[in-house]
Amino acid sequence: MSRIYRERKVNQPVKITEQDVEQVALFSRLELTEEDKAVYTESLNTILDYLDMLDKLDTNNIEPAAHVLSFKNVFREDKLQSSLAKELVLANAPEEEAGCFKVPRIV
Amino acid sequence: MNRYEAVIGLEVHVELKTDTKLFCGCSTEFGKEPNTQVCPVCLGLPGAVGVLNKKVVELATKAGLALNCAIGTYTWFDRKNYYYPDLPKGFQISQVFRPIAYQGHLDIDVNGATKRVNITRAHIEEDPGKLVHSGGSITTSRYSCVDYNRSGMPLIEIVSEPEMHSGEEAKAYLEKLKAILECIAVSDVKMEQGSLRCDANVSVRPVGTTTLGTKTEIKNMNSFRSVQYAIEYEVERQIDVLEDGGRVIQETRGWDENRGITVSMRNKENPDYRCFIEPELTPIELTEEWIEEVKASIPELPDARRKRLVEEHGLPEYDAGVITSSLALAEFFDATLKEFPDAKSISNWIMGELLRLLNARNMELSEAKITPSGLAALLKLIEKGSISNKMAKEIVEVMFVEGKEPDQIIKEKGMSQISDEGQLAQIIAEVIAKNPKSVADYQAGKKQAIGFLVGQIMKATKGQANPGLVNTMLRDKLTEEA
Repeated sequence: MSRIYRERKVNQPVKITEQDVEQVALFSRLELTEEDKAVYTESLNTILDYLDMLDKLDTNNIEPAAHVLSFKNVFREDKLQSSLAKELVLANAPEEEAGCFKVPRIV
Repeated sequence: MNRYEAVIGLEVHVELKTDTKLFCGCSTEFGKEPNTQVCPVCLGLPGAVGVLNKKVVELATKAGLALNCAIGTYTWFDRKNYYYPDLPKGFQISQVFRPIAYQGHLDIDVNGATKRVNITRAHIEEDPGKLVHSGGSITTSRYSCVDYNRSGMPLIEIVSEPEMHSGEEAKAYLEKLKAILECIAVSDVKMEQGSLRCDANVSVRPVGTTTLGTKTEIKNMNSFRSVQYAIEYEVERQIDVLEDGGRVIQETRGWDENRGITVSMRNKENPDYRCFIEPELTPIELTEEWIEEVKASIPELPDARRKRLVEEHGLPEYDAGVITSSLALAEFFDATLKEFPDAKSISNWIMGELLRLLNARNMELSEAKITPSGLAALLKLIEKGSISNKMAKEIVEVMFVEGKEPDQIIKEKGMSQISDEGQLAQIIAEVIAKNPKSVADYQAGKKQAIGFLVGQIMKATKGQANPGLVNTMLRDKLTEEA
């Protein structure tokens, strides 16, 4: 992560805590070192602070921008394409059973 | 019970009938080996970007129009973020802020009254993968298996306003919705294959109040009837909680078909999906002309068809409702009517014998071998008096299973009806001779005694005598002899 994001102003309320980073990392199955956690906590907060600038703008009566470029209606025809070979599909599965990805029970 | 009013809103997910998925070219075919219809896009592999299937836009627009919705001319996709193993990207692509269709309605009939149910929105979204729970049940299994064949299949989610007040109304809404979507051919709408799924939001409130009570979301219903039963159970449960001085907890509950109850699955207090516009797909801009074109492709809808059956063909409302509840039945009816112009008699046979045979075998009409012209030929034979109703019922079952023409079946079974007066006169004379007591009873004024004599004649002819003719001839003969 770039150094620029680390220049954070002091005295601003912290939006994302190290616990938030840990939880997101867990959900995303990412292993972070203590140093990583500190870096990401700070850089994520810097990004959010940066975005706060947008809150100062008056966006009433302005259509939301659905895309930053003026693209629209990019479609494909309803035509079959080949799928991935099953070995490749399951190459990423932590565990496998009967051709399925085996995961812990989640309700 | 009457102190409370149930308030029900339905969320219906319908799989659109396309050859390929929403954002990739993988097949949408049902029932294939797990994880054989997947690619980097629908597996959510890093860096894979999908492109929108044009057919989906067309089918979703068609569905929206058939449900009397306004169609958004400028819409887009959004990401709905949550973590669950059936969702490989960690977000679902949906239309949160600008649904393609909104503010529609459909009319349902319950207990002879027509009621309008408003539709909030119908939006396009991708289906998650499918969790197969080991040990069969979601609450008892130790781990889950994920099949991503369903991941990325094109869905529309149709959300109703919370305007229904009983399980029966909910069922009627689903039946009407299914009939419409089937008619415009946007989906297979098969609940047992998961191409139509329904979640119910249920709350109760004291009669006369307008604030909504705390709702629960009911899932896992696998038939329209289970939706009705699950809602009925849940309404009772919530009333009991309130009556006991408790409060209803906002949660997701699953319908347990075997036990006939709803069971708490998870608390769902204001989930935050952190929705934002999907940056990797372009917005959809539709022109009024294109929307008009789609509109023009919509065939006669069930309500219009039903009106036509009543007004042009004189069918009772009830018959017309049953026949137009399924596209296959309605088309069968219309085709039969072309060859045999008595609408009511066709409807009697469809609603009576045909539906009875289908239900008994748990079959779809398309699986049965009987054809509209076959039924028309059979009805013509009844009209001519060549066969009795009783024989026709026997024949229709053979037609249903074997698909033969009625003439052939009659020949094979030696079933023709005896309408030959000479032959009948002889049998009648014999029966009269053998049963002097019944004859005397009849002649002495006990008119019901004729029933026994008719029975004897039918027995003697193995049920093949024309009953109308037998009655007339027998009565004449008895009067003559008296």
